[in-house]
Amino acid sequence: MKTLGRYISPGWFLVAPFLLLVAAFYLGPILNILWLSFTDPVPGVGNYRELYESDALVRIIWTTVRVCIVTTVFSVLLGYVIAYAMVHAHENKRNLMLGFVLVSFWISILVRTFSWLMLLGRNGLVNNAFETIGIISEPIAFMRNELGVLIGMVHYMVPYAVLPLLVNMQTLDMRVMNASRNLGASGTQTFWRIYLPLTTPGLVASTLLVFILSLGFYVTPAVLGGGKVLMVAEYIYVQLLVTLQWGTAAMLAALMLFGVLGLLYVMSRFMKLSTVFGGTAS
Amino acid sequence: MRSGLFARFNRVGAWILLLFLVTPALVAIPVSLTPKRFLSMPGGEYSLRHFTALFSSPEWLSSFFQSAVIGLSTSALATILGTLCAIGLWRVSSKYSEVVRAFLLLPMIIPQIISAMAFYRLWVPLGLLDTYPGMILAHTILAAPLVLITVSASLANFDPKLEQASRNLGASSWVTMWRVILPSIKPGVFAGALFAFILSWDEIVVTLFVSKFNIYTLPRRMWNGIRENTDPTVAAAAVVLIALTLIAFAVFALVSRRNARQSRT
Repeated sequence: MKTLGRYISPGWFLVAPFLLLVAAFYLGPILNILWLSFTDPVPGVGNYRELYESDALVRIIWTTVRVCIVTTVFSVLLGYVIAYAMVHAHENKRNLMLGFVLVSFWISILVRTFSWLMLLGRNGLVNNAFETIGIISEPIAFMRNELGVLIGMVHYMVPYAVLPLLVNMQTLDMRVMNASRNLGASGTQTFWRIYLPLTTPGLVASTLLVFILSLGFYVTPAVLGGGKVLMVAEYIYVQLLVTLQWGTAAMLAALMLFGVLGLLYVMSRFMKLSTVFGGTAS
Repeated sequence: MRSGLFARFNRVGAWILLLFLVTPALVAIPVSLTPKRFLSMPGGEYSLRHFTALFSSPEWLSSFFQSAVIGLSTSALATILGTLCAIGLWRVSSKYSEVVRAFLLLPMIIPQIISAMAFYRLWVPLGLLDTYPGMILAHTILAAPLVLITVSASLANFDPKLEQASRNLGASSWVTMWRVILPSIKPGVFAGALFAFILSWDEIVVTLFVSKFNIYTLPRRMWNGIRENTDPTVAAAAVVLIALTLIAFAVFALVSRRNARQSRT
């Protein structure tokens, strides 16, 4: 130990247990899945060729990307409004607002999905309320379509969008904005030409974070989509646990994995990743 | 930026959005009080029968128990591994340690469906499918990165001179860790332990893959109830979960406020 310690910093002995655990029980099987995407059921790029040959697969991927993009746009937009109001509120109000964000962050995903199921159904609360007021005569189909999936996903993702934006906005020097006002720019001009550009790092981080999290989302699309909105995660689930076919599922997982890693790389160009996740977790 | 109208508009909008975030979950409360035997709103009459059903059902109770066991074990293991790892990386602090840190955060950011596939793939040959160790190990790998983050944040505020002082005064590295480093990073360790527990307590995707009959956690039973979409016991369980979340949040807020006050004085 002593002699080894001379070559290796002793800190590594504390890192080793978790590092080995992740390498053996996490990285190992993930590499195995990547391997499977080229070897199951027959060696070669057959699984990837399906992307050209199977319309169903292309449709699933397209649905996933479309739903994720729309979710991301709405979540970041709504998150921006919340974060902006938070940094400009007094400290007590800000803490209260942060409390709201964190509570919604912590409420079980299953509880929330269940609630949306109650609210959005044909005889759900929303439709009943609308009918009582007389806005609509026929129930609106909120569920078993993309609308329901989007409502549920945006609702889940907004807190994730808020936190990186908040971290970014809190570091801004307000004197810059005051200078702009003093030099004669209107509030609107100052926002569009000074404030918004300064929050680009936060916007990029929150956009990519929400997009990445949406890509692999399973629970909400599966329940609120009711089988009508088939996305990649649900397809993988069915392939593995119902039809027991690893090849296609492994190929989709590989695509998703490389997509996520690519986006993480882009994100690391704009912001220290640990700041983003640190913000998410606290 | 005091453009009155715009700011007011923004503030009102933000509060409406915050209400949109929190209130939908509350619909579980009236549904859980319905006297009917199917999922519905109570039409003026209220009954606690679904809570009685929840707390007298051996299935639900066993799920509560299993989730608590798995959550507490995961939290303990993840806290130990994550804290050690954070201290180690903090000690090393080189460019390699930053690469390793990024690598170790991956389980948190890689989509859960891929993690679920990975665990399922390996757990089958290892015989860990549908067992407590299998669930706890999988959740620990997902949760320890959270501890790594919270403890690292605490370490960033820790003055390394304190460690040097302790070593200079003759304390061994072990004693220094227990008596000097750990007490200073306690808030980060606690926050990490709590986040790890919540992650495990609420985890469904990996659970769906690596559990079957023996292990039937609370999220799994809720999932089943949601898919069947008939039995109001699910609503009662949802209300209990919301109450637990609020309690956990209140405790967390109180503790972190006390810590903030202590570090200020």
